[in-house]
Amino acid sequence: MELTDKIFKFFGGIKPSGYKTISTVNPIKRLPIPKKLIIPVRQHVGKVPNIKVSIGDKVLKGQILAEPIANISAATHSSSSGTVVAIEPYKIPHPSGLPDLCIIIKTDGKDEWIKRDRIDPSSLSTDALYETMKSSGIVGLGGATFPTHIKLNSNKIKTLIVNAAECEPYITCDDMAMQEKTKEFVEGIQITMDILKIPHAIIGIEDNKPKAIEKLKSTLSQSKNISIKVVPTVYPSGDEKRLIYLMLGLKISKEKRPVDFGIQVFNVATLISIGRFFYHSEPVISRIVTVTGALKRPNNYEALIGTPIKELIKDAGGKSDQEIIMGGPMMGFKLPHTDVSVTKAMNCLLAITDDMKSKDTFEMPCIRCTKCVEVCPAQLQPQELYWHAKSKQFEKLTENYKLFDCIECGCCSYVCPSNIPLVQYYRYAKSEIRDQLKSSEVADIARERNEFRLYRLEREKKERAERNAKRRAQTSNIDKKKLIEEKKAAIAEAMKRIEEKEK
Amino acid sequence: MIAAILIILSITAFIGLVLGYASIKLKTDGDPIIDKIDKILPQTQCGQCGYPGCKPYATAIANGEADINQCPPGGDDGVHKLADLLGVEYKPLNAEHGETKPKSIAIIDESTCIGCTLCIQACPVDAIIGAAKQMHTIVEKECTGCELCLPPCPVDCIDMVEIPETTDNWKWKYPIHSIKQQN
Repeated sequence: MELTDKIFKFFGGIKPSGYKTISTVNPIKRLPIPKKLIIPVRQHVGKVPNIKVSIGDKVLKGQILAEPIANISAATHSSSSGTVVAIEPYKIPHPSGLPDLCIIIKTDGKDEWIKRDRIDPSSLSTDALYETMKSSGIVGLGGATFPTHIKLNSNKIKTLIVNAAECEPYITCDDMAMQEKTKEFVEGIQITMDILKIPHAIIGIEDNKPKAIEKLKSTLSQSKNISIKVVPTVYPSGDEKRLIYLMLGLKISKEKRPVDFGIQVFNVATLISIGRFFYHSEPVISRIVTVTGALKRPNNYEALIGTPIKELIKDAGGKSDQEIIMGGPMMGFKLPHTDVSVTKAMNCLLAITDDMKSKDTFEMPCIRCTKCVEVCPAQLQPQELYWHAKSKQFEKLTENYKLFDCIECGCCSYVCPSNIPLVQYYRYAKSEIRDQLKSSEVADIARERNEFRLYRLEREKKERAERNAKRRAQTSNIDKKKLIEEKKAAIAEAMKRIEEKEK
Repeated sequence: MIAAILIILSITAFIGLVLGYASIKLKTDGDPIIDKIDKILPQTQCGQCGYPGCKPYATAIANGEADINQCPPGGDDGVHKLADLLGVEYKPLNAEHGETKPKSIAIIDESTCIGCTLCIQACPVDAIIGAAKQMHTIVEKECTGCELCLPPCPVDCIDMVEIPETTDNWKWKYPIHSIKQQN
């Protein structure tokens, strides 16, 4: 694909205030190893991995705690050395506030690494590489947490796009990572290109990150196969389809994925992890988290996976009862409780400001102004979606209004003059529809099993009737009288025996 | 006169052939409305409606013998859907047939089970495995929560357990916003 300087503007989108500079003043900070690490067993999309440790086990930094069991699954590692003290359901950062299985490690402070061998991807076969990647624990660190090894197992890819847009307000973790870990970032891109056997990669970055752009440009001045494309700051340019259109002018229809066009998109943090895995044999045991919002000292932290978030919030000058959004202000969700730990999906912890609080308390009726239509990057009819979601007319939502094309970017809620939490309605409708689909699948199986049972009962009845008929036919052949006499004789004999006994 | 009769005859013969062909070619098995109703029913096969399963109930509705509000597992949503499909007025669930309960599955207390096979015979979806004088167990994935295995059990070793909410089956809730009083 030819790269031009031209920018292709996508439909819709908004330009909210960035609030990015508040967390980029100081370099990325590292906290001392927490006393306790709470590591959720599953931190990815897909199957729950198989736990390989038991309570009381000594574990080392980088040791596998849980192994992937299926293709769409990822490994979980210990982020420091210590002892496994519990394996039990514990609060996890999830909008439901429900607990999930966690491995709790009491750290020993030694931070002792497991023995590491350097992996050379060029010496490995495709299959071996795939298996190695599976145990790396690398998942999409932009927040989607889809296991990365699946995205690397394709020979149809021609272009690698690095998603460095980071378009949500407040979040700066990728920006800071590109500034401070430039070498590892470039290494990660290079190795990913080698694995995919492609000659070219393009970094798509928003123009609100001048420092990172400058740093990358100077690092990549000699490089011919990695280019940078600076895109304007429009939310949601970080959505992969929007980013591809911005950079290449390629419109990907709703039914297709970038892979169908030979394009694979990776997030900055994911690529850094790939680089660290192959150059330093380091699985995903930490990630960079932006801790920002209504705090005294907003900052970026390189936090071990499993670090209680309260420690980060406290260090950033927050109160213990601070209300926190995980993710950005547009697509994130409010954490039901702050007793949770850092996971692979956690790119940002945003302390809710008074500004945000006042906005979402007054929901007024929809006046059908269609401001939301003007900003919807998926070119949907948000006001119709809202109407039908509110009245629970799910069939129309999927058929007429393409609810599942909604990327939940929140542009519509942002511009809504009536302060309607539109995305919340869409999320509700989506999960209801998914649940209905699942129930109807279950019902289909039950119907099939019931029908088979009825058929089986019927068959058994028929078989029994046949058996009985056969037996009857057999007995009628034998002389019936003889049979009766034999029986009578037997009875008489028995009576005689009884009489003798009684005497 | 003869020409007119011939024309009419040939037209009727032609139409007759077309209709005859269509009735063979486009023949439908069973009553499609029964299948449509059956598709809405939850397939619990519990018999709370007074019929020995979902299909018989669907047939009864189609024949006008049963009302649309006799299926507690289908709940209020189910009644709405049936009303929409059949073009009749919605009516609330008939309490005589029981009330909608949260989704549950049966669990056998395996240490109490005596292996009588009575529950196996009662299960409408063959979700219980076991043999005479052997411990029985329920295939949780296939259990519809119909409770039909409860009454035949002579030792009361089957319990209905509500399916707990986990991060996997959790659903986003309907947005509710408290209305703040404006000063």
